[in-house]
Amino acid sequence: MSTMTFGRAINAGLRRAMDNDPKVVLMGEDIGKLGGVFRITDGLQKDFGPHRVLDTPLAESGIMGTAVGLAYRGYRPVVEIQFDGFIYPAFDQIVCQVAKLHYRTKGAVKVPLTIRVPFGGGIGSPEHHSESPEAYFTHTSGLRVVSVSNPQDAYVMIQQAIASDDPVLYFEPKRRYHVKGEVDESVDLSSTSMNDARVVTEGSDVTLVTYGPLVPTARDAAIAASDDGISIEVIDLRSLAPIDFGTVEKSVRKTGRLVITHEAAQSGGLGAEIAASITERCFYHLEHAPVRVTGFDIPYPYSKVEFHHLPDLDRILDGVDRALGRPNSLSPHNGLEG
Amino acid sequence: MPSNDQTDATRDELIQLITPNGERRSNAAYDPWVADVDGAALQALYEDMVVIRRIDAEATALQRQGELALWPPLLGQEAAQIGSGRALREDDFVFSSYRENGVAYCRGVDLTDLLRVWRGNASSGWDPYAINMATPQVIIGAQTLHATGYAMGILTDGADSVAVTYFGDGATSQGDVNEAMVFAASYQAPVIFFCQNNQWAISEPVRLQAHVPIARRAPGFGIPSVRVDGNDVLACLAVTREALDRARTGGGPTFIEAVTYRMGPHTTADDPTRYRDANELEDWAAKDPIARLAGLLDSEGLLPAEVSDAVKATADEVAARLREGCISMPEPAALDVFKHVYSEPNSWLERQQDHYEQYLTSFGSSEEGGR
Ligand SMILES: Cc1ncc(C[n+]2csc(CCOP(=O)(O)OP(=O)(O)O)c2C)c(N)n1
Ligand SMILES: [Mg+2]
Repeated sequence: MSTMTFGRAINAGLRRAMDNDPKVVLMGEDIGKLGGVFRITDGLQKDFGPHRVLDTPLAESGIMGTAVGLAYRGYRPVVEIQFDGFIYPAFDQIVCQVAKLHYRTKGAVKVPLTIRVPFGGGIGSPEHHSESPEAYFTHTSGLRVVSVSNPQDAYVMIQQAIASDDPVLYFEPKRRYHVKGEVDESVDLSSTSMNDARVVTEGSDVTLVTYGPLVPTARDAAIAASDDGISIEVIDLRSLAPIDFGTVEKSVRKTGRLVITHEAAQSGGLGAEIAASITERCFYHLEHAPVRVTGFDIPYPYSKVEFHHLPDLDRILDGVDRALGRPNSLSPHNGLEG
Repeated sequence: MPSNDQTDATRDELIQLITPNGERRSNAAYDPWVADVDGAALQALYEDMVVIRRIDAEATALQRQGELALWPPLLGQEAAQIGSGRALREDDFVFSSYRENGVAYCRGVDLTDLLRVWRGNASSGWDPYAINMATPQVIIGAQTLHATGYAMGILTDGADSVAVTYFGDGATSQGDVNEAMVFAASYQAPVIFFCQNNQWAISEPVRLQAHVPIARRAPGFGIPSVRVDGNDVLACLAVTREALDRARTGGGPTFIEAVTYRMGPHTTADDPTRYRDANELEDWAAKDPIARLAGLLDSEGLLPAEVSDAVKATADEVAARLREGCISMPEPAALDVFKHVYSEPNSWLERQQDHYEQYLTSFGSSEEGGR
C-alpha cells in the first residue's frame, strides 16, 4: 500500500500497462515532455521513448483516426483528450469508427482503444473546460464508458480499460486529481471487474447512485444524513455503459427509494436511463418516483456561478428528502419555514 | 521527380505514358519505373481492366434486377485502380473508399465479398487481414487517418511495407484528409494518398472543392505530390511504384492525384443528367482507359483476336461467378444483429437479446419468428 494522489495513481497504472505490453502506446497533445496539462503522463515519455508516448499534432479527429489505424496494426493506443470540451472534433471518429469497426467487420478488427477524458467542473475554468459529455458516449453502442472516483479504482481501472479488447472511454474527475488515497499496487487485476458497481456506504432508507467526481460528495451527504437518522446507501457506478443494474436493483429492492446525481445536464442524461431501467426492474419495490439531482440543461456556466449548477451536498440531501417524502424545497408549502 | 520545392508548373504537369490514342509516350523520369513491363504484363493489365469493368457492369445489372440494393460504379476509373493496385506488395495495406472495387480485385478479394454490403447481408464484405485491405469506408475521408495511423505503426515496427489510402476529389475538403496529411508529414509515415479526382462528388463539380489542381495542396503540408493521367494504367503504375519506393526507403508520404472521370452515376440511385452535360461524358469517353491500352497493344500486335476473345471469356466467366455468388448468398439470421457489437460480454446487450429471443420464440422458432 502506498498513499498517492488520484493523478499519480493513473500515472502508475499507465506505467504498469506499458511495462506489461509493448503494444500500449500513449497519444495526445502535450503529453510528452510536459507530461500533459494535468501531468498525468509525467515522466512516461522519458522512460518509454517518443515512439511509445507520442506528442501529436493538435487535431483530435487526427489523433483518434490515427489511433484507429494503429489498432488495425495491432497496437493498443491510449489517447488523452486534453479537456472534456475538446473531444467533439473526434466525435465522428469515435462514433463512426472506434465504436463500430468491430461490429462492421464481424469481429475481425479489434479496437482496444482507451480514451482518457478529464471531465467535470468545479475548477473555475472558462467554457469548454468543465463539461460532462459522458451520455453522448453511453448512448453509442460499441463503446464502454467508465468513470473513476478514487485513486485505487483509478489505478486498477485504467489497466483494465487498456486490457479490454473493446474501446473504453475513461472519464477522470479532474477536480479530484489532487485527492490522496491508499493504493495497493500489488492488487490482482483480474480479481475485480470495471463493469461492477460498488457500494460505497451501506444504508437502508435511500439508494443514492452516482459516479466520478460526485462520489465523495454523496458519501459526505450520507454521513450528514445519518445525523438526522436517515440511512443512505451510496453506489459508485464505476461503469456507465453498461451499468451494473443488478447492484442498483438489489439496493433499491431494499430501500425502495432512488436518487441519482450527476454533474451532467438532466434531460436525456444517465439519470433518466437509470430511473427508467430501475423502474422497469423493480417498480413494485419503489415507494417514491426516482429523483434526479443534476446539472441544469444549460451550457456549462461561467465560474462564479458554477456552484449553482453543480449538485452539492445540500442539493443532494434535498433530493433525498424528496425521495423520502419529507419536507423539501419543492413541497407545497415548502415545509422548510419555521 | 516530384519534390517539395517543385514549382506549380511542374506540379500541374500530367504524367502520361500512353496517349488517349494509344501511343507510348516517353518520359525520362517515369519510364524507368515501368521498364520491366513487357507485352505480357501489358496484356495482364488489359485483362484486369476488362474484368473489373465487366464486374462493374454485372453488379449494376444485379442492382437493376433487384438483387442488390445499391452499387457504386467505377466505370471510367479502371486504369487508376488497376495501375495503382497492381503496384502494391502483399504486405502493403489498403484503406479505401466504397468505389475501389478494382483495387479490391487486385488484392485478391473473393468476388461474392464485393457484394455483401450492397445486398444488405453484412456491414462489410471481408476480413481486412485476409487481403490486407480494410473494408470500404463510407464516412468520406475517415480512412485517410486510419492509413496514416497504420503507417505510423509500420514505422514503429521497423517494417518496410506501406499504407495506401484511396479517396475522391470531394474527400479532399474533409478535415480528416487534411489532418491525415499533417500527421503523415509530421511523423514521415510511409503512406500514399491516392486521390482519384473523377471530377465529381455526387453532383458537385471538383471546382467547388478546389480552385487549384488538388495535387498542389500536398506540398503545403510538406508532402511531395504528382498529378497523373488517371486513365493511363501504365502511368498510374509508374507513379505509384515511385511513391511506394519512397515510402519503403524512409522518404515518407506521397500524394498522387489521378485525374480521371466517373463515367457512370455516383451510385445506381443517382441521375447525373440532372447536373452534368452529356458532352462532358463524350469528351471523356474519347480518353477511355481500356480503349487506350487496347490501342497500344494493337499497335504492337499484342491484341490478336485470340487474346481479346480469351480476355472477354475470362470476364464473362468472372461475371457469371459474381452473379452466382450474389444470388446464392445465405440470408443472415435474426439474432446476427446482436453479434460482434462488443468483443467481451455486455450485460445491456445480453438482456436485450434475451428479451428479443423470447419475443421471437413467442412466434415459434427463434430463427424464423417475427417477420
Ligand atoms: C462525411 C460524409 N458526408 C457525406 C456523405 C455522402 N456522400 C457519399 S459519397 C459523396 C461524394 C464523395 O465524392 P468523392 O470524394 O469525390 O468520391 P467519389 O464518390 O467521386 O468517388 C457524398 C457527399 C458521406 N458518405 N460521408
Ligand atoms: Mg469524386
